[in-house]
Amino acid sequence: MIEPGGGIEGELLSTTGRPSRRWRWRAGLSGFVLLFLYATAALAPWIAPYQPGEQFRRSPNAPPMRLHVAAPSAWLAQGVLFVHPQRMVDSLRRRYEIDTTARVPLRFFARGHLLATADPKEHFFVLGSDALGRDLFSRLVYGARISLSVGVVGVLISLGVGTLVGVVAGYVGGRTDDVLMRLCEVMMALPAFYFLLALAAVIPPGLSSAQTFALIVVLMSFIRWAGFARVIRGMAASIRELEYVQAAQALGAGRARTIVRHVVPATLGYTIVAATLAIPGFILGESALSLLGLGIQEPSTSWGSLLKDANNLANLDKYPWILAPGVCIAVTTMAFNFLGDQLRDRLDPRAETRS
Amino acid sequence: MGLFLLRRLVQMVPLLVGITFLSFLIVDLAPGDFFSSLALNPSISPEAIADMKRSFGYGEPLWARYFAWLWQAVQGDLGLSVAHRVGVLTLIGQRVVNTLILAIAALIVTWALAIPLGVIVAVRRGRFSDKFLSLLAFLGMSLPNFFLAFLLLRFALQTGWFPVGGSVSFDYEYLTTSGKLLDRLHHLILPTVVLATSGMASLMRLMRGAILDLQRADFVRTARAKGLSEGAVLFKHVLRNALNPFITLAGYELGTLLGGAALVESVMNLQGLGSLMLEAVLALDIYLVMGSVLIGSLLLLLGNLLADLALTLSDPRIDLSGASRSQ
Repeated sequence: MIEPGGGIEGELLSTTGRPSRRWRWRAGLSGFVLLFLYATAALAPWIAPYQPGEQFRRSPNAPPMRLHVAAPSAWLAQGVLFVHPQRMVDSLRRRYEIDTTARVPLRFFARGHLLATADPKEHFFVLGSDALGRDLFSRLVYGARISLSVGVVGVLISLGVGTLVGVVAGYVGGRTDDVLMRLCEVMMALPAFYFLLALAAVIPPGLSSAQTFALIVVLMSFIRWAGFARVIRGMAASIRELEYVQAAQALGAGRARTIVRHVVPATLGYTIVAATLAIPGFILGESALSLLGLGIQEPSTSWGSLLKDANNLANLDKYPWILAPGVCIAVTTMAFNFLGDQLRDRLDPRAETRS
Repeated sequence: MGLFLLRRLVQMVPLLVGITFLSFLIVDLAPGDFFSSLALNPSISPEAIADMKRSFGYGEPLWARYFAWLWQAVQGDLGLSVAHRVGVLTLIGQRVVNTLILAIAALIVTWALAIPLGVIVAVRRGRFSDKFLSLLAFLGMSLPNFFLAFLLLRFALQTGWFPVGGSVSFDYEYLTTSGKLLDRLHHLILPTVVLATSGMASLMRLMRGAILDLQRADFVRTARAKGLSEGAVLFKHVLRNALNPFITLAGYELGTLLGGAALVESVMNLQGLGSLMLEAVLALDIYLVMGSVLIGSLLLLLGNLLADLALTLSDPRIDLSGASRSQ
């Protein structure tokens, strides 16, 4: 099964030689995908053809329209892309028929959007529409703004608090350490999801969407900082004993200066990896809350609140395209996981994952 | 052993008090209460509402209500649910069984698949099967629980092979014993798949890492040097040692599963503790929320305790009195 010797030599190479090159292309691809997603979120008003709240009352639950490429001879006159218009034939069952004889030409950079119908009276839904006739693609693009920033802001808060508590506990030690670590243990013993549910119920109705967003991020950070604090405390306690920290102390550096200049930088490798791997947790947390109706509310959208429509068997059965936000969440999560895994191989050699 | 158990149980008390007080505080902070929605109902007189309020102790200061609740809880009475007008313990009792069945089923499936797969992947390191299964594990880890639940629900809707909600069928009461068992299993399959997928992927990766680490240990080299077969080395020496940390992990895994189950329950319409908690939170049914948090935390802490106990049984090197101090 295992060739004797072969495995051992391989291990030696991987620990003494260059960092593992495994999955490099996946990490690169992940970075590219993330860059693309964040750029889309930033450019939302330009990329989305419609406002997230814009309703086309005559086209509720319209299926996605396929983009067609016109014959090159028609490119100049009609544009490169077109869709076939859809007509509702059964308003009760929301059945649409595609009119293949007619064409709705699409224009790039029309009316300040990346792609829009040449005629403002026409419309096109790349990913279909919801029950109010709102373009799912536009809502997805705008929703990315909330879903993608939740992770970054949440990680900044929870890692910030975690680092502060951890470094102080580990470096100062003694009573402070005891008290802070007991507190962390209580936090970690909480049934996190149940607790998050209880916390989310506290969010008063009638808050602005920015306030709701801030509250959700703070709640999730509140539940997660303890795990980071414990790891960083362990690191700080061992860093404290290293020669260069002792040297700094001998040179007369104060406590705060030693912590900021010598202890915190030594934990950065772990912090960067932990941050990358923790972002999906925040995105998923926000999605779960919004999905259950406790998070982001109308009129703001996030990927989770868009998925709320799928939490209904009839919708799930008839309009499968409403699962698109879920695909976005899955892709983002995957990209962050791949990237974090690669970063761990590079930056945090102590946490070895053997190739 | 007995002393260790006693100490751990005593340690749980302040933790539970802390958790429940925190939850009490939070639910109290929530704007409005259950009665403000009752007051909108014209068929209920204000007198009746005032009467109910009195019996639930509303209007008294927070700490007085908390200690009244705590005192009752110690005596085994978790109060009445305002929304259901039934004892909280009865309600939770009906639901917690479903959640536990689901969590344990997911745990069993996770372990039964993750350990052999982890071994295979470690042994075939660098080959195609390793790369393929590792990639699959990564995908499984990254796929959000609720999204997988939606996909499987759609699959069930389209094929009609699986029930799309509930923990049992409508005619459950009229089934024979074996019929009941089969009905439950049928309803369990999809939620179990959802819960097991994510847990399995990370467990498999950890198993692979643990085995690869141990392959270099001195005692493994000794075992090889004295001429043991590769299979004996793997199963008698490497695997037994690799398993130890995972026994502790199983306890914590149970906690994660309980949390994960809450979301999956609400998405897949299962009658469990998680969906009960969600309903309670939405209705601001304070005693029901408190009861669910208490029982949830209790399950979590007991799971961790069981894990530690199982670890000492499997690894005689672990000294309980020392282990509990350093951890």
